[in-house]
Amino acid sequence: MSDELDFLSKAVAKGRLSRRDFLGRAAALGVSATFANSLLSSAAVAQTPVKGGMLKAGLQGGESSNVLDPALNLSQVNFNFGKCWGELLFELAPDGSLENRIAESIGSSPDAKTWTMKIRKDVEFHDGKTVTAEDVVATLERHADEASKSAALGILQGIETMKASGDEAVITLKEANADFPYLMADYHLVIQPNGGKDNPNAGISAGPYKVTVNEPGVRYGGEKFANYWQGDKLGHAAQVEIIVINDPTARTAALQGGQVNMINRVEPKIVDLIKRVPGVTVQTASGRGFYPFNMFCDTAPFDNNDLRMALKLAMDREEMLEKILRGYGSVGNDFPINEAYPLFSNDIEQRTFDPDAAAAAYKKSGHSGSILLRTSDVAFPGAVDAAQLYQQSCAKAGITIEIKREPGDGYWSEVWNKQPFSLSYWGGRATQDQMYSTAYVSNADWNDTRWKRPEFDKMVIAARGELDETKRKAMYRDMAVIMRDEGGLLVPFFNQYIDASGKGVQGWVANPAQEMCNGSALILCWLEA
Amino acid sequence: MSNPILKLIVQRIALGIVLLFAVSVLIFVGTQVLPGDVAQSILGQSATPQSLANLREQLGLNDPAYMRYFRWLGGLLTGDLGNALTSGLPIAPAISGRLANTLFLAATAAIVAVPLAILLGLLAVRYRNGPIDKAISAFALASTSFPEFFIGYLLVYFFAVKWQIFPAISTVFDGMSFLERLQAVALPATALTLVVLAHMMRMTRAAILNVMQSAYIETAELKGLRPLDVIRKHAFPNAIAPVVNVVMLNLAYLVVGVVVVEVIFVYPGMGQYLVDHVTKRDVPVVQAVGLIFAAVYIILNIVADIAAIVANPRLRHPK
Repeated sequence: MSDELDFLSKAVAKGRLSRRDFLGRAAALGVSATFANSLLSSAAVAQTPVKGGMLKAGLQGGESSNVLDPALNLSQVNFNFGKCWGELLFELAPDGSLENRIAESIGSSPDAKTWTMKIRKDVEFHDGKTVTAEDVVATLERHADEASKSAALGILQGIETMKASGDEAVITLKEANADFPYLMADYHLVIQPNGGKDNPNAGISAGPYKVTVNEPGVRYGGEKFANYWQGDKLGHAAQVEIIVINDPTARTAALQGGQVNMINRVEPKIVDLIKRVPGVTVQTASGRGFYPFNMFCDTAPFDNNDLRMALKLAMDREEMLEKILRGYGSVGNDFPINEAYPLFSNDIEQRTFDPDAAAAAYKKSGHSGSILLRTSDVAFPGAVDAAQLYQQSCAKAGITIEIKREPGDGYWSEVWNKQPFSLSYWGGRATQDQMYSTAYVSNADWNDTRWKRPEFDKMVIAARGELDETKRKAMYRDMAVIMRDEGGLLVPFFNQYIDASGKGVQGWVANPAQEMCNGSALILCWLEA
Repeated sequence: MSNPILKLIVQRIALGIVLLFAVSVLIFVGTQVLPGDVAQSILGQSATPQSLANLREQLGLNDPAYMRYFRWLGGLLTGDLGNALTSGLPIAPAISGRLANTLFLAATAAIVAVPLAILLGLLAVRYRNGPIDKAISAFALASTSFPEFFIGYLLVYFFAVKWQIFPAISTVFDGMSFLERLQAVALPATALTLVVLAHMMRMTRAAILNVMQSAYIETAELKGLRPLDVIRKHAFPNAIAPVVNVVMLNLAYLVVGVVVVEVIFVYPGMGQYLVDHVTKRDVPVVQAVGLIFAAVYIILNIVADIAAIVANPRLRHPK
């Protein structure tokens, strides 16, 4: 088979070329229709997952101090490996909806306060036990306990009671929350036997792979769990391996050299080079993470909305996106939500760089003298450059910005959320409500813009309890507009996840929730035979 | 062997132990004055005052520093390195695997680098000031002048990406055969060899040239020995002390100073382990690794001292 025909038939299988076009191209190459048709069916076979073999990922974000306990899971490597061995109640689907995993169904009382999850019957843990509603409740209990230091503690704080009855887990909330099912999709909430209360680091759950290698900071391995409850759908390779490669150059070299099949965190500045490597595909997904400039709304001079508006208008978002992220992202609009969230309204006017309007607002604010902006390399990749670009665009509007470069050590404890004007990052949350309640209500621990508006808090609570999606969407739109015009948040851009897959890797499905197909690349993909 | 040598050796070892204690205090003080604290670093951006207080309490960070030091020293003397603060797992087993990896890489590099450096040094002296001498020096100095990450990436580019002879990443693990391990460390060992070669080669050359000025060398030449024999039999034995010194210095570097090479080749050695834990303020691990590095350094220096003593005939045959 000629290379071109091979390529074309695969393009059809992937849906990039129509069948009719393929037959036309094949005829042009002098191939009979019958033979061309047979080619097509063999390519279609190639598109069904190939079972077996070993799939390897080289990932950034693993340290020798990591443990398997999902509650303490904060780094990328543990996040990805957790998806291999762990099973959740729900998983975030690529379109932003929820996919039922251990929870077969979920329903709520009309006031959205009592939620009942039906637990799937045929799911088995790696140690041979069957997953029960008791295990689910025990898992939630462990994560809701302060002592577990779970990163999911915050999202479970709204729970009043939880109990297992038969094959159902019944959760009662202190306040109505229509987003409760989304909270249950948090990646920390890996269901473990007896909730992991006996040994949280055992690495036993009901995921597609059993943990075989656990060398923190070096490598992790799993072998296919024969009794995985949906074995045909996920976990195609017989074995998976994650190699921790924190150095970006080493990571790309390992992909090029074929030691790994996929990598995460391709740096924007080398994406164009990586694209030219034969066999390598750059995989991008627009995410919910953003890199804000935070102003304290209750601290002078930022307590003046004219000044905040001047600073927002003086931001050249397009230039920022082009120079800092090399275009791998989307411009922000000074509120923390973008189209990757469910219930996003895309008709809110985009704020653009307007030095004249900025100068006018600045004059109106009556402020004079320079404004101190704090930045650091750890705020986000390119944060120091971003501050300098911003300094230049502000100068065009007659606003003087003084940049203070802070040491990375202690930036999160001494500068972020402490100083009135600084750069930061937010990874985004599963729902709009989670994002707003984490950082933009009066009493939030991480209210890093000191945005304290009782009427806004009320809107957040009202939207949370609203089960009618049309009404909720309208509420979120109103909130976004208020944030955009009065908030202390300056969002130049949302970032994209940039990963890359190597030769023969199939089955990749971009997911806006997180990098590497929401951490599921190893269980979704397979190697072409 | 007579008393003065034995006495000197015992002296050196005792001095080494005293030094090790001093270093342990220094390491402890150093880790105490770093800004921030462990609890803050573990929780990062997501720290709340309550969770910080809980974690500090749990990790025993509220005790005074001297109590923590003596608790640790006591454990150390009974062979217990303690538990890592971040993961709660015992340090000793985690370190032993890493240490073995580091020593394996250092040994592989040393087995190539040391004989090569000395041989090149001898050749440089034999053909001193000629084209061979110049070529050897130019090559060695050039390879040393490049930073090790540059050499590392260059090796990766050609041997791993272009020609695909060796793997780009050197992950080693239990269950690998010796040959597989050798193949895995081929590139990092080469990079390290190139980095340490020049220092040893130049010192060998200089030390031997120094001896070559002596009258007895002239005698040896006049009685008609071949030039290489003169160097090998008469000059080199008298130049051993400085050469051993510089070799030991470089061996110590191969063990304690290879963080950059470890990162580039993703080699699971001690350096990366130390860096990971320094960023998390995991004091017990930093102290344990620091002490092991100090011990390696001190032991190698003692060996160098002893070799120098033994190589010195005046000390070997006291009047």
